[in-house]
Amino acid sequence: MYCAKKDRRIAVLILLPMLLVLFIFVYGFIAWSLRISFTDWNSILPNMTSVGFENYQRLFSSQRFQTDIRNTIFFTLFFLVICIVGGFFLSYLLYSKLRGESFLRTIYLFPLSLSFVVTGVLWRWIFSPEVGINSLFRMMGFEATFGWFTSTYSIGGFNVALIALIIAASWQYLGYTMAMFLAGLRGIPDQLIESAQIDGAGELAITWYIILPLIKPITFSAMIVLGHISLKIFDLAYVMTGKGPAFVTDFPGLFMFETTFRGNHYAEGAAISIIMLILVAVVIVPYLISTLRGDSE
Amino acid sequence: MKKRIMVGLLVALMATTMIFAQGTSDAKAESNTLEIFSWWTAGGEADGLEAMYNEFHRQYPGIEIINATVAGGAGTNAKAVLATRMQGGNPPDSFQVHAGHELIDTWVVSGFMEPVTFVLEDAGYMDKFPEDVIDIISYEGEVYSIPVNIHRSNVMWYSPKLFARFNLQPPKTMADFFRVAEVFKANGIPALALGDNEIWAATHLLESVILAHTGPDKYNALWEGNVMWNDAQVRSALNDFAKMMGYINRDHAALANMDAAGYVAEGKAAMNVMGDWAAGYYYSQGFKQGEDWDWVPTPGTSGNFIMLSDSFGLPKNAPNRDNVIKWLTLCASKEGQDAFNPIKGSIPSRIDGDRSKYDRYLNAAMDDFASNAIVPSVAHGAAISEPWLTRINDIMSVFVTDLNVDKAITEFQAAADRYAPK
Amino acid sequence: MITKKSSKILKYTLAYIAVLLFVFPLYVIINNSLKPFADVRISEMWIPAQNLSFEGYAEAFVKLGQNIQNSFMLVIPVSLFSVMFGAIIGFIFAKVKFKYSNTIFALVIFGMFIPYQSILIPLVRTMNTIGLYGHLSGLMVTHVIYGLPISSLMFRNYYAKLPDELLEAGMIDGLRLVGVFRKVVVPISLPTMVVVLIWQFTSVWNDFLFAVVLTQRPSIQPITVALQNLAGTQVIEWNVQMAGALIAAIPTLLVYIFLGKYFIQGLLSGSVKG
Repeated sequence: MYCAKKDRRIAVLILLPMLLVLFIFVYGFIAWSLRISFTDWNSILPNMTSVGFENYQRLFSSQRFQTDIRNTIFFTLFFLVICIVGGFFLSYLLYSKLRGESFLRTIYLFPLSLSFVVTGVLWRWIFSPEVGINSLFRMMGFEATFGWFTSTYSIGGFNVALIALIIAASWQYLGYTMAMFLAGLRGIPDQLIESAQIDGAGELAITWYIILPLIKPITFSAMIVLGHISLKIFDLAYVMTGKGPAFVTDFPGLFMFETTFRGNHYAEGAAISIIMLILVAVVIVPYLISTLRGDSE
Repeated sequence: MKKRIMVGLLVALMATTMIFAQGTSDAKAESNTLEIFSWWTAGGEADGLEAMYNEFHRQYPGIEIINATVAGGAGTNAKAVLATRMQGGNPPDSFQVHAGHELIDTWVVSGFMEPVTFVLEDAGYMDKFPEDVIDIISYEGEVYSIPVNIHRSNVMWYSPKLFARFNLQPPKTMADFFRVAEVFKANGIPALALGDNEIWAATHLLESVILAHTGPDKYNALWEGNVMWNDAQVRSALNDFAKMMGYINRDHAALANMDAAGYVAEGKAAMNVMGDWAAGYYYSQGFKQGEDWDWVPTPGTSGNFIMLSDSFGLPKNAPNRDNVIKWLTLCASKEGQDAFNPIKGSIPSRIDGDRSKYDRYLNAAMDDFASNAIVPSVAHGAAISEPWLTRINDIMSVFVTDLNVDKAITEFQAAADRYAPK
Repeated sequence: MITKKSSKILKYTLAYIAVLLFVFPLYVIINNSLKPFADVRISEMWIPAQNLSFEGYAEAFVKLGQNIQNSFMLVIPVSLFSVMFGAIIGFIFAKVKFKYSNTIFALVIFGMFIPYQSILIPLVRTMNTIGLYGHLSGLMVTHVIYGLPISSLMFRNYYAKLPDELLEAGMIDGLRLVGVFRKVVVPISLPTMVVVLIWQFTSVWNDFLFAVVLTQRPSIQPITVALQNLAGTQVIEWNVQMAGALIAAIPTLLVYIFLGKYFIQGLLSGSVKG
């Protein structure tokens, strides 16, 4: 848009203080955390003596953090697969012009409006080994002894206790991918599908050869957004399970909170938070660059 | 349209200023209040605290008590809240803290507390407390907190009904324990109830098992960093602990410590090792001693008393310092302690408690406290500093699951190397 | 898309099985919240309430009433400020070209993706220094600041679609940039304002991490923290916990039910592209 030089200067002047505050609170604070992560501040009183990478070294050699990283990877993997596949499936059902579509959509999406705290309280009871879903199975006459989120059983590094958390998180976020896919499906020109049908293509063929390739970019966006949510996960695990026996349901976000605000290990907590930031940045930065570049062209 | 938006923003700004104004003024508005911070939210603990509040209100009717409690077993949540508040320069007037290293290493050394020796001296209470208790609450010659009670950690609660059914006696030694445990196990009953959804409950059990193997002197030396963790007796303690895990309830990881104590009174499990606040819990639930539950010192520890004490201190810059001093004086007084302890299920830290107010269990505990060897509790912050304890709890969390004694010893030793006093 | 009848039946079946899966947790929460304490027993979680009782709700209100009020006191000003600042920032980035504006905007947007743990320790220290630690106002400032990226993004995506001619017409009428913003742009921004308002309302209401770190006194804690503390107590009062969870969920649920269109719009703009 055309804009007088003077106007542009005013705009920048208005923008500047707001950006300054934001950048201090984001980048200034990140730098500050980074600085703390290299110190020996591991008690109530700040101690800014530099110890190099000691906090990081200690973290990577600690069993708790190793478990956390493993849990994050498995959780992200299952969470993504369930949300992408399930979300596409649901959106496809809605796309097929079912009656009561708006009712169905409302139901699929409502968990998104809830807090992770509410979800956590709710699902903690549902999966509570003695009283929850197990007792429902027992009422139906099955023997049910699975410990859910208290189980310490592990298959190839995957702590099965995570299943309860994965189900709860997917319950909440399936609607999100559903909404994204539905928007994408609605954007596909009807003629494209109609002409394929005239050519005699069946529903499966149309889905496979026409729809799926067209919604690929959406799948990618959904993966990025959900992926970064699961890398940061804290609220749900904190409320629903805590770190669990032998850390079966522990995550870096939880470890950071506990070691910082319970154990007063500030430097260690800062180091964890920096690692989390790097993980998220690896996912988000390339995505941001590519979308914003595409935007301006 | 524009007008409406402007009105909206104006309302927002007004609301904000109101909140800001409120935020800065609450310290002044609450001048005749007293904020007591604790993690006593339920059962005998909450009732006992209430009894003390009533005594306080009787003596000082004009002062309003703000009962700031944060839930979460053994105060893990509360301690986090407290730490952030203290660092934030927003201390409560007084807070519950375990006497010993938790108080001293965390709060006194870092300069957050005012000494309270004068409270005891002004009231003439200095000689009413046993010397070893005064030692525990003191740092460099000054008292820093007022202990309201004494708890015992090494108590084994058992179900008399279950023991009678199989014609068994409560175990006195670790060997006894495994013998009776085997009988219960063979009959499909969990011998030992454990509720370690908060892992400190496992650490609590561990300290008793270690004491059973090492005796009090080596026990103390271990926590002073003067005994290695690969010591033969310490190792056999860890072996026994691992063996004990073969007799526990399946749902232990989902259970809170009080639920596990409840299992014993309900006859769902034979034994449980928990501090004697369990007695307060049993009373509040209407369970009867001798019928639903009874106790012995944990196997192998009779003649020893692992103690912990809840105490209250005076943070620097407490908003209502005068009221805190009144509160602390009450905490140190016979009336205060005799109001609180019979209900909480603990014994007074004073030597002159009114015995008639205490039940059968507590009278026995008072006898033991007067005659036994006293050692501080690890799991409750009396024997070691908070960071060390945090690390031990982390190690326990894995040890309870994998029962790998060698690995645990290596890690316990690494923690001791890092955190033990040098 | 035209489909065969048999496959339509299959789709209906699947769609309603999915409905059941989404709704059964609601059954648990409502069912148990309506039981009197005496009936709240471990084995009976799935059995429908026999004696309806509002005991749980009454007690949840006693315990959480103050916290609900706190949440409203927090959420309403934060949402309004987010609209105000977001509109200004979004407009400038959408319509005023200056050096590196795209790069700077990318830096702004990155702020909404960071794990907040990475700024938490400095945040607590700073709030402490400026005297806002432990006050609702500190939490408010925090939410406004960290809400700037998403609010700006939503507005920028909307303003980017406005035709330049519309604004230039205003300029020809003698308005300066600020005038154009106030007289031309603001009046046609209502849809996006609603989207941002709703988005911030829900996400601040639902926040837990900032609240649990910045507010300690039970009397000023927002509902999410109070609910977690309620659920953490040792006596199992399911009816109260379930009632509390439902009470905490109701405001955002209502917003969702009545303003769902805007809610979904906000949701989708989280993936950066408008």
